[in-house]
Amino acid sequence: MLVSEMKPLEEVLGYLDGEGKVFIVGCKGCAEVCQTGGEPQVLEMKQTLEQQGKTITGYTVIDFLCDKALTKLRLKAHEDEVMAADSLLVMTCGIGVQATAAVVDKVVHPACNTINLGGARGEWRGSERCRECGDCLLDMTGGICPLTACSKSLINGPCGGAKNGKCEVEPEVRDCGWHLIYERLKKLNRLDKMREVLPPKAYSKMEPPKHLRSTIMWALEQDEKEEAVR
Amino acid sequence: MSLREKLASGKFVVTAEVGPPKGVDIEEMKKNAELLKDRVDAVNITDQQSSVMRIGSLAGAHLVKQWGLEPVFQMTCRDRNRLALQSDLLNAYVMGIENVLCLTGDHVALGDHPDAKPVFDLDSVSLLAAIKGLEQGRDLGGKELAGSPRFFSGASVTPCAEPLEPQIIKMEKKVKAGAQFFQTQAVYEPRQFETFMQSVKHLNVPVLVGIVLLRSAAMARFMNTNVAGIFVPDALIEEMDKAEKKAAKGIEIAARLITEMKDMCQGVHIMAIGMEDRVPAILDAAGL
Ligand code: SF4
Ligand code: SF4
Repeated sequence: MLVSEMKPLEEVLGYLDGEGKVFIVGCKGCAEVCQTGGEPQVLEMKQTLEQQGKTITGYTVIDFLCDKALTKLRLKAHEDEVMAADSLLVMTCGIGVQATAAVVDKVVHPACNTINLGGARGEWRGSERCRECGDCLLDMTGGICPLTACSKSLINGPCGGAKNGKCEVEPEVRDCGWHLIYERLKKLNRLDKMREVLPPKAYSKMEPPKHLRSTIMWALEQDEKEEAVR
Repeated sequence: MSLREKLASGKFVVTAEVGPPKGVDIEEMKKNAELLKDRVDAVNITDQQSSVMRIGSLAGAHLVKQWGLEPVFQMTCRDRNRLALQSDLLNAYVMGIENVLCLTGDHVALGDHPDAKPVFDLDSVSLLAAIKGLEQGRDLGGKELAGSPRFFSGASVTPCAEPLEPQIIKMEKKVKAGAQFFQTQAVYEPRQFETFMQSVKHLNVPVLVGIVLLRSAAMARFMNTNVAGIFVPDALIEEMDKAEKKAAKGIEIAARLITEMKDMCQGVHIMAIGMEDRVPAILDAAGL
């Protein structure tokens, strides 16, 4: 289970700046439970973006976006709509965004921040990892998480330690995350993203919010209660 | 004249490296520093190089300054978070240390405390930006300082990295963030260095080419397989292999590389890694 929350709309619109056509992806797993990427939220986003003058080439809500094989299969069914879009907007946790980015040769934007659960784990992920940092950077990095793909969690580009595309830590098994990011951005013609100087990360956002500190079910119940009060 | 002033005046500068000891016996470090004194413009003090625990670079820089040399205080982001890094910068300033080299730092997995918690709260780019902030009287928390420091901040770059573009992109970011000079990873191919210097010409920043002194052909081969961004061409390895006097050959090759690249850049940074006593001979042979 991963808990996600919507990014502020301005941030998402900023990502989509200059892109007229968007394909939206939701998830029936955690994101549906969190009410960030279930069918109702996807439809709401579609409407919001259309009001902003965007064309939505299509949308899909997949059972478990973190199941990459499934995601690839399901997106295949929407190939024309996906290819017609300038980019994909993925309304899920960081794993779902990375899984999508891994299976389509398109710019992929995160619509959510993944909130830290303090270590709770357990979904279908492949090589993609999310540290639930609370302030997703995947837009800058071609849909590859710099916090988990880079051994030093560097956010401003590679260190000098990569050799032949491998990380200085366990080069036998580990690719240099920044080499992957560079290759992906280059392919997408988005190397400009790598040129932006990012400020130090706000690690305070990586702490689980107080109300989510206990078990997941507890957290969800708390969320529901608070929702009812509001 | 300080390193900053020398580079500004267009002088070709020479820097070398001094590594503090593991333990408190500083005799050898002092001996090495004295060998370099009057021969180099500044010495870098490494920051627990290769993630091996030892005397730190701040104390090292302070000692070297007492011994009459100009230190370049190397700072990695491996062991300190943003509080400690900024505090050490203030510490350095009040000790009269002006030059700071901002590095990411090797991962702790490479050193002798592989179970340590790696920090990397900042990176080389944001550390440079933090220095700029302190100089402007503000820390990373946005709080005002009572009296602001002034530094000559530098960074590193790997001219022979493959691919080169990510290195150049990061170098541009470092300049944007405040880097005023660069010391490079070891270069053994002058032609490749020339190409690199061409592609960073627009940055208009002084570059000191890195030279790592060769001890043997085996060392060169080891670096080729294990050290990032270093490539020793076969011809040089063969030269080392055939040479009877390895020490003299290593010195000759280093001097030759310096002579070949001298006109392409603004200085040289010699990393002798335990062979500091050979640095004066290299400089003699290179006519520096
Ligand atoms: S940047 Fe990485 S750790 Fe942070 S939310 Fe995105 S995928 Fe997760
Ligand atoms: S080699 Fe690559 S993945 Fe490894 S620490 Fe450096 S930038 Fe990160």
